[in-house]
Formats: sequence, structure tokens, C-alpha cells
Amino acid sequence: MCQDCGCSITHDHHDHSLKTNPQLNDKKTLSVIHKILSKNDLEAQHNRNHFNQHQVTAFNIMSSPGSGKTTLLEHLCQYSNLRYAVIEGDLETSRDADRLIAKGILAYQIQTGSACHLDAFMVHGALHHIKLDELDICFVENVGNLVCPASYDVGTHKNIVLLSVPEGDDKIEKYPVMFRKADVVVITKTDLLPYFDFNLEHAKAELYKLNPHVDLIELSVKDAATFNPLVNWLATAHDNNLTANIQEA
Amino acid sequence: MHEYSIVMALIEQCEALAKQHQAIAVERVDIKVGILSGVEPSLLAQAFNTFKLDGICAKASLDMHIQPLVLQCNHCNTRSEQMHRVVLCPDCNSADTRVVDGEDMMLMQLEMDT
Ligand SMILES: Nc1nc2c(ncn2[C@@H]2O[C@H](COP(=O)(O)OP(=O)(O)OP(=O)(O)O)[C@@H](O)[C@H]2O)c(=O)[nH]1
Ligand SMILES: [Mg+2]
Ligand SMILES: [Zn+2]
Ligand SMILES: [Zn+2]
Repeated sequence: MCQDCGCSITHDHHDHSLKTNPQLNDKKTLSVIHKILSKNDLEAQHNRNHFNQHQVTAFNIMSSPGSGKTTLLEHLCQYSNLRYAVIEGDLETSRDADRLIAKGILAYQIQTGSACHLDAFMVHGALHHIKLDELDICFVENVGNLVCPASYDVGTHKNIVLLSVPEGDDKIEKYPVMFRKADVVVITKTDLLPYFDFNLEHAKAELYKLNPHVDLIELSVKDAATFNPLVNWLATAHDNNLTANIQEA
Repeated sequence: MHEYSIVMALIEQCEALAKQHQAIAVERVDIKVGILSGVEPSLLAQAFNTFKLDGICAKASLDMHIQPLVLQCNHCNTRSEQMHRVVLCPDCNSADTRVVDGEDMMLMQLEMDT
């Protein structure tokens, strides 16, 4: 039951079989097989139900600090017709939300929580402050971190992972879980390729071993044309999500 | 250090199960940690030993099974296990595989004193 909105979601029930351990009379061994983050996963599904009710497709944007998440979101509105809002996970300051609001983009700052990742409960709190009816898509800008956010489903539909050219092409091997979770990897700051030894082919090869079917997009905010592939990818993801939604209903 | 919040969720689960089965203590917690689950086993153990202290798990030991990747190849139909973080079929190199195990963190078993 959702305290903020009163909506209820069905909890799946697990069968716990209590077996008495034959060797030890007073000890009992309980077989469980329970996802450790099941509570978060349930809340994440609840968030997705919220988005679905409003035909909104949600994207979790993850990367290292400074890879260009906020910058991308600041610029995207010039190129995409999709109406969007941003749930901002920069927990220490309201800088990123302020930057977006200054550009006329709807942004809501998550206030509570630990600083290394967002979870589904934090995102849920923010959801009730956003008018989903007026949106096509919604972004969650996660905390800048390539490790912790990868373990948490926050209730979005797709994961966007950014890797900026100055970080180096070895980050895919170093942070495999994050790159495995990606639905699209955006190589950002490609205007800097001439100045760094970033090998795009090597990045692609490493990504193929971990996540063979992932989409890969190159982007530079200095070059308007590079926004086309991302804009198209978002539009397709949104269309596909709406279709899946209709089929489920 | 998301291992701390993962351990909090784990201990919460153990406490609920112990209560449900009228246990006075949890003696052993068995978990499965996939090599692509995104947690560092040593950090998880450290977090468990810190957080268990003021609850029903205070004396519990944590038994971690590190789960390799289990891949089912749709091309050559082989099922394989590997410790490398690569999802290509080691037999035929196909990318058309399904990850059957190795990406989750699961609570598997609890030994309780009732
Ligand atoms: N040259 C170049 N610089 C860029 C590009 N995109 C972003 N930057 C710069 O990279 C820096 C960091 O960008 P942000 O958008 O704040 O990065 P972020 O991922 O939101 O960072 P956190 O929220 O702190 O994790 C800023 O100085 C941007 O101007 C790009 O395409 N090219
Ligand atoms: Mg930012
Ligand atoms: Zn709700
Ligand atoms: Zn094969």
C-alpha cells in the first residue's frame, strides 16, 4: 500500500518450507531463496506502475561524476519534442536541479538518503511532486558513481549509461556490472577525442563481451548533429514502451 | 558503499523470518552472491559483522556462496559456467546467450535457534 498515493500493489508470496535439521534437535534450517533487495524491487515495480498509468517512459541516467549527465539534460530540450522532467539525485547540493530549472526544464531534487546511490523509495518520494500527466518521458539523474547505482532498480524502464572520453575506454572492464545493466551507452564529450587516447573500437569490443546487444551512441554537446541518434533512441524507447503498455492492459 | 544498505535489507529480512518462525536467534545466514551482482564480498562481510550486533542476528555467521555466471547458449545449446565477466558462449563464441545465474544477490537459507 502506498502511503503517499493510496495505491496498492500485489505482493508475491514465497513458500517458506521449515525443515528440521536431522542432526540438531533444537536448530531449524529454513530454505528461503529470497532476493536480498526484494523490498526495493517491489517499490521499483510500484514506481513503474505510476509511470505506466500516465504513459510516461522513465530513464535512469548513470555515470561517473562529471561525465555530462546534467549537461546532456540541459541541452536535450533544444532537440527533442518529447516533454520531460528530471528527478535529480545530486544529494549534496541543489546545483544540478537549479541548472535545469534555469533552462526551463522541470526538475525535482531528491532531499533524503545516503550519497552513493538512489533507491526506489527515494524516487517514489519524488514522483508525487511531479505532474506526470504533462510529460512524455522522465529522467532520473542518479548519483555520479559507476558502482553502487547499478545494484538498485529505481523503477525506470531503461538505463542510460554515460562514459565520457576523458575517463578512458578501460572503464567498461573496470565497472562491468554498470555497463551490463545499460540499455544504451552514450560516449560523451566526443569533441575531446583528438586530445585523449580513447579507443572507440576497444570500448565497443569490451562492451560486446558484457552486453552484446546494447546500443552505443556518440555525443558531444558542442555538435548539435550528434544529438540525433540519442533523440531517435529516446523516441523509439518511448514508442516501444507505450506499445508494451497497451498490450499488457 | 552500497554494501551497507544491502546488509540492512538482508538483516531486515532475517529478522522478519526469525520472528515469523518464533526463533530466539539466527545462527547462520547463507547467501548467494553473483559475480555480476555488483557487490564486493569482503565489504559485504564487513558490513554484516558491523550491523548484525544489535539484533537477532548478533551471533550469526554469514556464509557466502560466490556464484559464477551460468550461461545458456541459444546457438549451440550448451550450458556453461564461468568466473570471467563475459556473457559470450565459451564454446561457440555466440552472443546469443541467456544469463541463467550470477547476477543476483539471494538469501538462500537461515539456520535458527527456536
Ligand atoms: N568538451 C565537452 N565538455 C562537456 C560535454 N558535456 C559536458 N561537458 C562538461 O563536463 C563537465 C561536467 O558535466 P556535468 O553535466 O555537470 O556532469 P554530471 O555527470 O552531471 O556530473 P555529476 O552530477 O556531478 O555526477 C562540465 O564542465 C561540462 O561543461 C561535452 O560534450 N564536451
Ligand atoms: Mg549532474
Ligand atoms: Zn505511490
Ligand atoms: Zn554456444
